[in-house]
Amino acid sequence: MVKLVLTEDETMLVDAARGFLDKSAPVKAFRDLRDAGKTYDAKMWKEMAAMGWAGVLVPESAGGVDMGHAAAGILAQEMGKTLAVSPFLSTAVIAATALRNVSDARAEAALAKIASGDATYALAVDETSKFDPNATAMVATSEGNGFRLTGKKTFVVDGALADRLLVLAKTDNGLTLFDIPADRAGITRNAQNMIDARDSARIDFDNVEATGDDVLGQVDDAMTVLKPAIEAGQAALAAEMAGVAAGAFGMTVGYLKERKQFGTLIGTFQALQHRAAHLWCEIEVTASAVLHAGRKLDEDPDNVTMAVSLAKARATSTAKLAVIEGVQMHGGIGMTDAFDIGFYMKRARVGAEWLGDYGYHAAQVAKHRGF
Amino acid sequence: MQSEQELEGFRAELRDWLEANCPAEMRGGEPSEASICWGGKNFEFESDAQRVWLERAASKGYTVPTWPVEYGGAGMNRAQEKIFKEEMDRIEARNPLQSFGIWMLGPALLHFGTHEQKLHYLPPIARGEVRWCQGYSEPGAGSDLASVQTKGEDKGDHWLVNGQKIWTSYADKADWIFALIRTDRDASKHNGISFLLIDMEDDGVETRPIKLISGASVFCETFFTNVKVPKDRIVGEENRGWDVAKYLLTHEREMISGGGQGLSGGRALGAVLNESLAEGQEMDTVLRADAMRCEVDALAIGLTLERYKDQAEAGTGAGNASAMLKYMGTELNMQRHELLMAAGGSDALEWDGPLGNRPADWLRTKANSIEGGTSEVMLSIISRRVLGLPG
Repeated sequence: MVKLVLTEDETMLVDAARGFLDKSAPVKAFRDLRDAGKTYDAKMWKEMAAMGWAGVLVPESAGGVDMGHAAAGILAQEMGKTLAVSPFLSTAVIAATALRNVSDARAEAALAKIASGDATYALAVDETSKFDPNATAMVATSEGNGFRLTGKKTFVVDGALADRLLVLAKTDNGLTLFDIPADRAGITRNAQNMIDARDSARIDFDNVEATGDDVLGQVDDAMTVLKPAIEAGQAALAAEMAGVAAGAFGMTVGYLKERKQFGTLIGTFQALQHRAAHLWCEIEVTASAVLHAGRKLDEDPDNVTMAVSLAKARATSTAKLAVIEGVQMHGGIGMTDAFDIGFYMKRARVGAEWLGDYGYHAAQVAKHRGF
Repeated sequence: MQSEQELEGFRAELRDWLEANCPAEMRGGEPSEASICWGGKNFEFESDAQRVWLERAASKGYTVPTWPVEYGGAGMNRAQEKIFKEEMDRIEARNPLQSFGIWMLGPALLHFGTHEQKLHYLPPIARGEVRWCQGYSEPGAGSDLASVQTKGEDKGDHWLVNGQKIWTSYADKADWIFALIRTDRDASKHNGISFLLIDMEDDGVETRPIKLISGASVFCETFFTNVKVPKDRIVGEENRGWDVAKYLLTHEREMISGGGQGLSGGRALGAVLNESLAEGQEMDTVLRADAMRCEVDALAIGLTLERYKDQAEAGTGAGNASAMLKYMGTELNMQRHELLMAAGGSDALEWDGPLGNRPADWLRTKANSIEGGTSEVMLSIISRRVLGLPG
């Protein structure tokens, strides 16, 4: 029975995250990064790691703070509000969750490197323009004690700069998940010029060697390890999207209170008041689904699929509404690159597609509700 | 705080009791407005099962699970209430009793009433013996509720009440009415109103049903002509009735929102839609997509209701939650009924046809975004009080 209120520790985490992000990673920091043509700020990730963020899901025995998925969601949400760029989702959430589901000394060592900020990961699953892990076509052919990986991945978020790749490929009797260094021979990474100015890559695998040690979990059984990792990533991404919505909403309501037209503040116009109030309602409802998903991952991890899909579906649609309304209520200035609201719009669109779009997740919910 | 073990014991006991005591006819199906058990002196039960279910549930305090035991409830805490809801949903049990007494007057009395008033008025509500209606709106005071004109003159030991109420839901079936009465005509709009309790059988009370687009007469006009209301039938202080009214409105709005699930409890929309399709027929793509969206929103609004209850228990609740729930819940419920009509096709076009009350229920929901404060009033409340937008 999950409780949908923040604990004292979580409330403190919110305050700490806001304090850091407002100072070190405001939207201006993202703008500067983009203007410099960069997609990642290694120094900032080190600072986040020093605060325990990289190890939020890493056991204390491996140097993490082990605060759970609801706490990871809080961090993702706060980062969404200021559009802070980091490999948090790929590394601290998805890879950490996958590695935690493998209990061996190598995984423990890998988790320690995540917590310290010394290793970053990217999840290489998508092969077409839509998320569908079960349709994976990339092949890992058995060769001796190992495998040869050949195929193409796309929309590998954080993939151009990550130290390691989690790669999903077909083996003789199922799917297998590999954890390999990104600079292994035969791997070609092509950075994508993304609308949200963040790291993503198309990656070609040409006869890439992988040993049995590179397999995460069991051969032909990727999902035991990967499913919880993807679900954790979807929940945290939903939290980030809720943060994106809240950030865009905050900017927009602020604008309604300062912009004058026809001799009065535009926030006095009922047409705009009602649009803003409706958006706030949607944000409130989505916040419930997002917190619920985090709690379920922490307390009832075997029954989370519907909760996670509910959160991702809601967060996707709410973020979309927030950025559309945001640009509309800002008027012409909202269309300019000099104004930040457009950044939220572009991030919301990328977040909508990553790890399953609205249709994918709404269908998951419907399936669990028997239709 | 109870341990997990104690709560699981509570769940097991409750589950056994429900299995043994909730009649099969009171489980499952898409409940209609017409199948609600409202209680009251003159209520006609649709079946023995409905009567038995009410009696059994009331004997355990399950009609009002969170009310104190001495006032007819089961005294459940938040954790137990959650389990109660889960176990009721699990067997798709219908509510044994729903009423304005439970949703609106009860919470207001628990908050503002004296101990004597609680002992006198609450247990009959919990047992379904007395049915209440709400006298708020007047012909000249709709969305602008505080401009009520029905007056109560101070006559020493009683008020002499004269005036007219409108949209008094089920006034023709109710035993008592709680009403906003202007008891000080000189005070400012919000400061001269008292919250009075009036027996519908009193001399001078007359009610006239209004025929609605659904063919039913859910709403009435209620007239007060020289009605004598004894001085002890007031909730809260004289001329401070607006505080009670506002408090009650938040409960009314949450009730109307229904957690976004309308009358259906925890039932999935898709399952209900599938049942109403002709044999061998499947939902078309658009209906299916709309249903999925509706289901996603319903689940999230349901979680929001739970989140607000958890926040209230933790003392961290945000104000004005009820305006949001009312707006989102009713808009969703109306959408849901549009989908039910679409799934029913021409079968849903006949009064009392193959799908029974479906068209009447559909038309009834059109009042959802008007009653208890229109959607637009809710958005204006949020805009002003939550977002702090000017004027």
